[in-house]
Amino acid sequence: MEVPILKQGEYLIASIQSALTDADLLQLRDVLVEHVGRYRSRGVIVDVTALDVMDSFATRTLRDIAHMIRLRGAETVIVGIQPEVAFSMVQLGLTLEEVVTRLDFEEGIAYLNSKKAGSSTKLGSAIPRRTK
Amino acid sequence: MAAASSFASAEATLIATAISELARNIVLYAKTGEIILKIVENANRHGIKIVAGDDGPGIADLEQAMQLGYSTSGSLGLGLPGVKRLMDEFEIVSAPGKGTRVTVLKWRT
Amino acid sequence: MDPIDAQSAVPEATLELLRALVSHLRENRTQLREEWARRITEAQLLTAMSKEEIFAEATSIYDNYVDVLETGSVEALLAYARNLSERIIPRGVQTNEVVGIVLLLRDVLARSLFKKYQADFALLNRVLDAYEPAANRIAVTVSVGFVQERERVIREQQEAIRELSTPVLPVRERLLILPIIGVIDPLRARQLTEQLLRGIRLNRAKVVVMDITGVPTIDTKVANHLVQTVEAARLLGATVIVTGLSSEIAQTLVNIGVDLGKMNTVGDLQGGIEEAERLLGYKVVPMIESIEQQIIQQKA
Repeated sequence: MEVPILKQGEYLIASIQSALTDADLLQLRDVLVEHVGRYRSRGVIVDVTALDVMDSFATRTLRDIAHMIRLRGAETVIVGIQPEVAFSMVQLGLTLEEVVTRLDFEEGIAYLNSKKAGSSTKLGSAIPRRTK
Repeated sequence: MAAASSFASAEATLIATAISELARNIVLYAKTGEIILKIVENANRHGIKIVAGDDGPGIADLEQAMQLGYSTSGSLGLGLPGVKRLMDEFEIVSAPGKGTRVTVLKWRT
Repeated sequence: MDPIDAQSAVPEATLELLRALVSHLRENRTQLREEWARRITEAQLLTAMSKEEIFAEATSIYDNYVDVLETGSVEALLAYARNLSERIIPRGVQTNEVVGIVLLLRDVLARSLFKKYQADFALLNRVLDAYEPAANRIAVTVSVGFVQERERVIREQQEAIRELSTPVLPVRERLLILPIIGVIDPLRARQLTEQLLRGIRLNRAKVVVMDITGVPTIDTKVANHLVQTVEAARLLGATVIVTGLSSEIAQTLVNIGVDLGKMNTVGDLQGGIEEAERLLGYKVVPMIESIEQQIIQQKA
């Protein structure tokens, strides 16, 4: 199944709807990396909420996507990893090093917005600050 | 099936991931093979047993194949040791030209 | 062997004797039941229960007992034994008391059989041959029922203790505290992970302070598990700050070659919470100071 990719302002949003084959994953990678350049996107959100299994190939491909997009000058956030999936990934030894992950879509957007604002706080400015 | 044999969802995810890794190994190295799932029971616990067998080229150095980071296919090389960490019991039988047979077991807690 | 099917193998002559025995026990129900209750009190069993309660239970057990002798099926008795155990376990009734009362009943009934058949020794022998196996089976059934019930209660309590032993506390928006006290075995470690990951999702937490001041030591397996939990939390977008590592645990973590870049540690819980607040962008200022600052700002 092909993953729909939405263009939302400066961001691209890929929302995975169901389990993907290896070919689907590779296609997602190619399309995202190509789109980032074409639309001059600054950020990419990959929503994996619907995935209840992430094996080594899926994880590696997600990591590749994030790294390739970084090289193309944009940020990637993986959002919606399920608690069970997260635990089984680390058990397998897959930890998505150097890839930004956030709880859900909302948090992902907040992270990208914080990057755009040039804020460099470790967790981004997702948390509302008291203005003096 | 894991859900049907009343595994908690976290365990069901671990099992599904292990099966996916085993299937990936078969497709990658042997092209064809089979995966058999069985419910196992003994006096005080029950679990699920997965046997992944193929008639592919086999593995020459099992010890090496079980090391983290080792791979002949250019993948992450996490396959077998990763699967071992996901499951409670792990057994592998393989020899060059004789195919590979991996048997893993996860007990329900 | 399935105890329920045992009766089918019993020869007809034995069944005949059992039937005679059953009618004898039914006829003398009142007297034997009282005798049994008296012996229970005398032996100081079931002291947690009142005389009336003992008599009521004794009546039920007696009737169930005779039913088993008649039908050969222990199912009803087993159900009753479980039900009884459920009621008396919380009151502190012990296994030896339950086994004791059943053996007493066996004894009371055997004595009444001695009395009835004492004139015909050969018949008495045959009666006892028929009675003994059935009586033993009953004793085993009741004891097993009690022990199984008690194990079930223990399992439930263990479960409850485990749930309580890893509280995930939301202390502020987006901040969870996970104080862990006592020994972490692999089972508890897994439970801890599950509750933490679920808690992160539920509370939309961004920072978790895991305080292990109360954990004296961990083995390498649990240490690895702890590191994995921190990594899994990161995949959900949360940062884990571990506080209160004892020197033993620090040693274990170094021995397993933990990647310090992945572990965020602070000396104690207080420092951990301060670090968490810093990450979350909070600044906690004493009220006096904050008022002073405002005054200074107003003047300026």
